[in-house]
Amino acid sequence: MARPSVEQVWEWLDAVPDPEIPVISLVDLGIIRDVAWDDDTLVVTVTPTYSGCPATSIINLDIDTALRGHGIEKLTLKRQISPAWTTDWLSEKGREKLKGFGIAPPIDGTAADGVLAGRVSRLAHGTNLTIECPRCGSTNTERLSQFGSTPCKASYRCKDCLEPFDYFKCI
Amino acid sequence: MAEVDQKALFEFLLRMGDNTLVLGHRVSEWCGHSPILEEDIALANTALDLIGQTQLWLGLAGEVEGKGRSADDLAFLRDVWDFRNVLLTELPNGDFGRTLLRQFLFDAWASIMLGRLQKSSDPRIAAIAEKASKEVAYHVERSADTVVGLGDGTQESHDRMQAALEYLWPYVGEMFQSDDVDAAMVAAGIAPDPAGLRAEYDALIGAVLDEATLTLPKGDFAHKGGRTGYMHTEHLGHMLCHMQWLQRAYPGCDW
Ligand SMILES: [Zn+2]
Repeated sequence: MARPSVEQVWEWLDAVPDPEIPVISLVDLGIIRDVAWDDDTLVVTVTPTYSGCPATSIINLDIDTALRGHGIEKLTLKRQISPAWTTDWLSEKGREKLKGFGIAPPIDGTAADGVLAGRVSRLAHGTNLTIECPRCGSTNTERLSQFGSTPCKASYRCKDCLEPFDYFKCI
Repeated sequence: MAEVDQKALFEFLLRMGDNTLVLGHRVSEWCGHSPILEEDIALANTALDLIGQTQLWLGLAGEVEGKGRSADDLAFLRDVWDFRNVLLTELPNGDFGRTLLRQFLFDAWASIMLGRLQKSSDPRIAAIAEKASKEVAYHVERSADTVVGLGDGTQESHDRMQAALEYLWPYVGEMFQSDDVDAAMVAAGIAPDPAGLRAEYDALIGAVLDEATLTLPKGDFAHKGGRTGYMHTEHLGHMLCHMQWLQRAYPGCDW
């Protein structure tokens, strides 16, 4: 078989869903860092989202299965942890899909930086972050917990439509 | 990069990885038992991050050791005297407040330590620190927030937090003790001298404890022996019985 182009491989990978949030692809998630040919071996570089993310091994298996399904025989998955994954790498298309799925997309530049711990008085009054309800669009929302159903999400509640929702937190 | 004694480097990596392993396991003991669902989930998330970081630290430790031991081998097949975590991390959870205060006292140290390690002369260590720092930033914000909420809460929660602080305080000093391993790391530009982190640490926890209306205990007596492996508390052995049971009873078991 002829060696498929890296563009073709990116396209294939963009059809592999994230195992936990299947409306977005692994490419949307920004965890595929590189696709390259090393002689006749295809090398795909992947970065983990959170270091303990239980989906990591499933993601590798899904990449392997998808690419072998397209006829790739020699494949190496390379793990790269630096630069560390950031939600800034979520694609525009992925952000729209998250919203449609009921998960508020991250607001770039609002990641925890740890210095808040030294400014607890402000912390005690909660965050000033305004998160839009993905269901009704209201900004009258409140944070229930910084740690949600998976490491990458925080739990919020809409005070207008009264529905709880996930916020894909910035990291 | 200056030539570094690989045995000292292995020891240093065990210290980093055993801290997150033992604390991660302790925190996971809350799973299904927390006072409210959101706290349960938050603690489970924190434990998961810590175990993930353990895989990175102990994975590198195994690589440096060069005897073919994986992160899992190091976690599940070593005995208590081979663990190098600080004693603070192995202490029993106690009540919810003590667990969160222990978490804060550790997170504050970790956030400062990981900040320094991002400048390590060993790029593998700098990469792990860069990754872990992002997670720890969320941990320390939350644990600080909860310490303030409970310390400056009801009379009951305040008293419990003050009692937790009296209990935990003698275990803080060990995080800042230095020995030959640290000296070797400093000489090679791999890691900072732990003693040099103390001033920044005191400033950070001082601000939070003050806000939490908690009073720092007098005296600087410090229990030690965890990070050197000289002597752990009786609690670690009991914890390992639970944590390692499956791999001990069914060696190599996988699913
Ligand atoms: Zn709404």
